[in-house]
Amino acid sequence: MSATRAEVCAVACAEAWRGDGEILASPIGVLPTIGARLARLTFSPDLLLTDGEALLIADTPALGAKAAVVEGWLPFRRHLAMVSGGRRHVMMGASQLDRHGNQNISRIGAAARPARQLLGVRGAPGNTVNHPTSYWIPRHSPRVLVERVDMVCGVGHDRAAAAGPPATRFHRIPRVVTDLAVLDFATPDRTMRVRSLHPGVTAEELCAATGFPLDVPAGVPRTRAPNAEELRLIRDVLDPDALREREVRA
Amino acid sequence: MTADKRMTADEAVSRLESGMTIGIGGWGSRRKPMALVRALLRSDVTDLTVVSYGGPDVGLLAAAGRVRRLVAAFTTLDSIPLEPHFRAARQRGELELTELDEAMFMWGLTAAAHRLPFLPVRAGLGSDVMTAWPELRTVVSPYEDGEELVAVPALTLDAALVHLNRADARGNAQYLGPDPYFDDLFCEAAREAYVSCERVVDSAAFAELGGPQTLLVRRACVNGVIEAPGGAHFTSCAPDYERDEAFQAAYARAAADPAAWREFTGRFLSGDEADYRAAVADFTREAA
Repeated sequence: MSATRAEVCAVACAEAWRGDGEILASPIGVLPTIGARLARLTFSPDLLLTDGEALLIADTPALGAKAAVVEGWLPFRRHLAMVSGGRRHVMMGASQLDRHGNQNISRIGAAARPARQLLGVRGAPGNTVNHPTSYWIPRHSPRVLVERVDMVCGVGHDRAAAAGPPATRFHRIPRVVTDLAVLDFATPDRTMRVRSLHPGVTAEELCAATGFPLDVPAGVPRTRAPNAEELRLIRDVLDPDALREREVRA
Repeated sequence: MTADKRMTADEAVSRLESGMTIGIGGWGSRRKPMALVRALLRSDVTDLTVVSYGGPDVGLLAAAGRVRRLVAAFTTLDSIPLEPHFRAARQRGELELTELDEAMFMWGLTAAAHRLPFLPVRAGLGSDVMTAWPELRTVVSPYEDGEELVAVPALTLDAALVHLNRADARGNAQYLGPDPYFDDLFCEAAREAYVSCERVVDSAAFAELGGPQTLLVRRACVNGVIEAPGGAHFTSCAPDYERDEAFQAAYARAAADPAAWREFTGRFLSGDEADYRAAVADFTREAA
């Protein structure tokens, strides 16, 4: 039984929280949510999870299902304290992301009159200088992976370095998971690197979908496929309605 | 005996003036003081600086051209991620936006509530929040660490508008949902605060509804209490009611074209709050 692309992405998202211990996993989006819950049910059992509102949940229900056991209270103001305190690893989306890891979710175009007004910076400026921030991009394209973002909401490596030690002290971007590949910044100049290609994706395909030059070394590994137990958890426990297949099509 | 502060939404709004800085409580499309926002739309108050964890409060006021400047970290309808009226106003270049991080926002209100000129935070460093807001300054820690942090200026408000589940006539107010949001901070950061609620109750009734920690807003900072059942509609006001998703979808759909929006405002926003509730009841019956 082979895994779909969405299922490979679910495991790649889950892997972001491996070894994180007793911190809050904050997933934004369907695949990151499946990933965080999968991580807790398998290799990162100590993670804290919320119901998406104000409650910390002790059980790990399916997407959209109500949790049965509440283990804590985390209204927005206390959530913000958890951000500043660093016991959190968020996986956010990005309308634009550049090779240094600068992320934009606020607007496309100029500040005075944007061509497209998006959500606003939300917590991205604070997340990125306080605790690990990974990114999830369900449609890897040159419009998202761009040369330069229109507004730096989440802080990338170059901008953090320019702002000095108070900005770099807790700054960490562990990985970027897309529908084509897993990327990170483990290069000498802290620019984006391909960590693994998803099964079936070619280097040419990845480069064509990226708006800046991306080096794909020969022999770069394949993103690992889910094992049988992970597949069972994804399909039967966490996402029985297969919402994952709508976020990342086969 | 403390004064009875009960008043109508229109009376509360009659105390506001054009050009004021108004804080609006709630978060996204959750527990927004919509009855007060609707009263504001019936008034001629305009040229506002709105400070909000933005939802349809921002969308409605922006669509009506009442907002000169918005201070916000986001504007969203939650189940509909992008607020269409806010987007349209921004894309027409009509709305000046001062963007700040969610935590910067909280510390700005906290500074105002504590009568401090600023509070230091790490959030914002390295981001374009610093460049997009030219008045923003940093401050160097006077201690051994010497860290240079963002000095978030106090977000002092001329008035705050919030909606809670219960209140007494003197202005003590109780939330019964899972999240207080920042409504107490909005009230404390403001020179005047107006609290609408689902039901005005005798103070003795608070204890039956929840523990003392549910008494979020204290009367010392409240100037008016407005009994407004359904006053957060169409946003959520848990546990009294959830978001009216069908109505919110209709609101967002109507944003797509000016004729549809004129029809929507004519149907729902041309009368008083009683007319609004009657029109919503009709809408709900039709949808059933």
